[in-house]
Amino acid sequence: MPRELAPITFDAALAGLADAAAGGETVRIAGAGTKRGWAPATADPDVEIRTTGLDRIVEHNAGDLTAVLEAGVPLARAQQQFAASEQMLALDPDLGPRHEATIGGIIASADSGPLRHRYGAVRDLILGITVALSGGTIARSGGKVIKNVAGYDLGKLFAGSFGTLGVILSANVRLHPLPTATATVLGVREDPGELAAAARALAAAPLELDALDVTWRMGRGGILGQCGGTAARRRAEDVARLMREAGLRGVEIVADDAELWARQRAGQRSARRALMKVAARPSALADVLRAAEAASATVVGRAALGHSYVEVEPGAVRELIARLPGGAVYTLLDAPPESAAAEITRWGPAPAAPALELMRRVKARFDPTGTCNPGALVGGI
Amino acid sequence: MDAGAELVGRLTEICGPEQVLTHPDALATYRSDGLAHYRQTPVAAVLPGSPEEVQSVVRACFEAGVPWVARGSGTGLSGGALPVAEGILIVLARLRRILSVELDDARVVVEPGVTNLAISTAVAPTHFYPPDPSSQVVCSIGGNIAENSGGAHCFKYGFTTNYVAGLEVVLTDGTVVELERDAPGYDLLGAFVGSEGTLGVATRIAVRVLPRPESVRTLVAFFEDTGQAGEAVSAIVAAGIVPGAIEMMDRLSIKAAEEATGVGYRLDAGAALLVELDGPWEETDARFDEVTELCSGEGIMEVRVASTEQERELIWKARKAAFAAMGRVAPAYYVQDGVIPRTRLAEVLRRIDELAGEYGLRVANVFHAGDGNLHPLVCYDSARQGEPERAEELAGLIVKACVEAGGSITGEHGVGVDKKAYMPAMFSEADLDAFHRLRCAFDPHGLANPGKVMPTPRLCGEVPGPYREHPLERAGIATRL
Repeated sequence: MPRELAPITFDAALAGLADAAAGGETVRIAGAGTKRGWAPATADPDVEIRTTGLDRIVEHNAGDLTAVLEAGVPLARAQQQFAASEQMLALDPDLGPRHEATIGGIIASADSGPLRHRYGAVRDLILGITVALSGGTIARSGGKVIKNVAGYDLGKLFAGSFGTLGVILSANVRLHPLPTATATVLGVREDPGELAAAARALAAAPLELDALDVTWRMGRGGILGQCGGTAARRRAEDVARLMREAGLRGVEIVADDAELWARQRAGQRSARRALMKVAARPSALADVLRAAEAASATVVGRAALGHSYVEVEPGAVRELIARLPGGAVYTLLDAPPESAAAEITRWGPAPAAPALELMRRVKARFDPTGTCNPGALVGGI
Repeated sequence: MDAGAELVGRLTEICGPEQVLTHPDALATYRSDGLAHYRQTPVAAVLPGSPEEVQSVVRACFEAGVPWVARGSGTGLSGGALPVAEGILIVLARLRRILSVELDDARVVVEPGVTNLAISTAVAPTHFYPPDPSSQVVCSIGGNIAENSGGAHCFKYGFTTNYVAGLEVVLTDGTVVELERDAPGYDLLGAFVGSEGTLGVATRIAVRVLPRPESVRTLVAFFEDTGQAGEAVSAIVAAGIVPGAIEMMDRLSIKAAEEATGVGYRLDAGAALLVELDGPWEETDARFDEVTELCSGEGIMEVRVASTEQERELIWKARKAAFAAMGRVAPAYYVQDGVIPRTRLAEVLRRIDELAGEYGLRVANVFHAGDGNLHPLVCYDSARQGEPERAEELAGLIVKACVEAGGSITGEHGVGVDKKAYMPAMFSEADLDAFHRLRCAFDPHGLANPGKVMPTPRLCGEVPGPYREHPLERAGIATRL
């Protein structure tokens, strides 16, 4: 069992990391632990640093639409505070059974939800980041203002780094206005090709949707488009018309849409089956859906971005992979331990040699002692 | 034959004699970028005609141990494309092919010399490429990648980094790396964009485009002073409205722009606020009425709403002319590029006024008001002894005032050579060390755009991991013991 540290100050987090590095120990970095299975380090670490004690909302500058959050702040708590000023961090992944997922964990795993359609990934919402490095320093990059090009953008480098470069201590984030109203339009179709064509038509239209999702389950698929803003209801009528023109059936407008989107987010996790994230060209959506159907899998995803979360029986993972369209990349997120899926390489095919070599060099520069989550990332980084 | 001549010979073999410039007259064009008071003549300028030629050029430089600087259209305003005296300038202007337009994937693949505007043109009329620096007619997408360029519409739409989907990058040792947005592993794409040419050179670029907004509504409001215009901006933002663009000009910039364009901006106004909403018409209609209302408070002199596309163009004409028009009110000016938290606008403008008074110089302010990006134009007369130096000093104090207010030394022009001395005002030694680690991972020998971004030159230590031959070793100049 690793020795657990739960620092409540940056200095304590740094000391924990630097001491471990100096003593040749390895460190696992965790937030609330809601996504532990996503990138397990190859060996059990000597130390686990939990960032949940770094839980201050340091700043919320409502007039500037910015905030500074320590890494252990549960996103749900930050959202509550932002909502009081009719603002939000436009980031809506599944937050775990008790809504405990932390901002640091979400950044480290580059997790996201349906709002990614309009607002981008977590890396697009980070204005600045503060990190502890195993060499014993605390480094900041970026700033607290929306627009800033001074220095290298380490926020992007640490987003999705799965704790392999250092400990994320805090992040400065950009906020957006909370939509005054939302309305979601949904329509269904049984043919993957027709469904994907409808998604393409919606993606190409100037609808300014907050989210444009796809679902697929047992031979039937749906498209969900969310309008947000003062005229959300009226705009939903336009979206509904376009969906009908694009051949979708059973088109309806749902004003009270929170439950619909919670279900989409829940589809990005699996407790009992395997859950794969597949990234393909948006134009390959039909092929991804066909592959899922052939493997008796279910899908939720971002129709215009080409991101699909596919839930599948562990025994059918290989078949699913074999049927994915060319150019698709996949990552195995959830998998029951001891199942057939657990033997699959989590990161799918490794990046081409030059890119992988460059990643190794980045790791070697930021964490030369190989202390932080060794082996957790693609290529055993 | 010396090493320089040997390298020039090799570059000539790669690109052909017409594409390698060494004569001082031929190099004159390339001595500076948009920040003309920095000048440097490189050993040679080379104009490769394909990504493969760029790769060969970079490899030849590596083998010769010679540094290089990549240059797009040369419109940058921080000296980022300033050549190095002992190095090669790689000019990407001939790489102008649009390689593919894939609207089903909302994606366009281009070479780095393609202009920013050419991308929007290629996907018109249904789509557009959102980042729109004011030099978009000539500036290259490769330069935009290096600088993470913004523009008037970035409060709503974001910056170059939010739209780059993939890059083919040549590293300084000649290795070609594909960086894809959705690939597993580190987001090296995100680290590369905005790295000011210090990590390598992009030779193929995939960007994301968006459907063109259904409607655009534009107004210009005139206020008695910038404080009142600033309050209107705060009210608009507090109402949860995210304008496509929201631009402020002060009295002096209005005067200059109006004299240059004659579009009818009010010369008795202390501030002009241009607000543009875009999106689905139901949304812009509803919100535009609110904006008009919010611009009718205290200190408001007049609101003019564009009712035709022609009127909209006139409103923008004055704003777009503001920089160039400054020549009418001053013989020369220095463009500053600082960022402040928008809510600190009034106090920072007061501070700029005080400083301008102390220095006896005039400062005009043009402001991307949504995101707090301030462009003070420090006016001076080179004919007056010591005035250019005083102007530069004043510009420096202004940028420090921005940092003290919690902002940044640069919002969109980059650090380059111009701002590198100010980096320590924003970043600690530990922060700079972390930047250097990234730099060393990409370019351990410091051959790409050396002397930029970082305040002091520093060398990369030993690369941990597999042994690599240093170019000096390969050339037989140095050995390891």
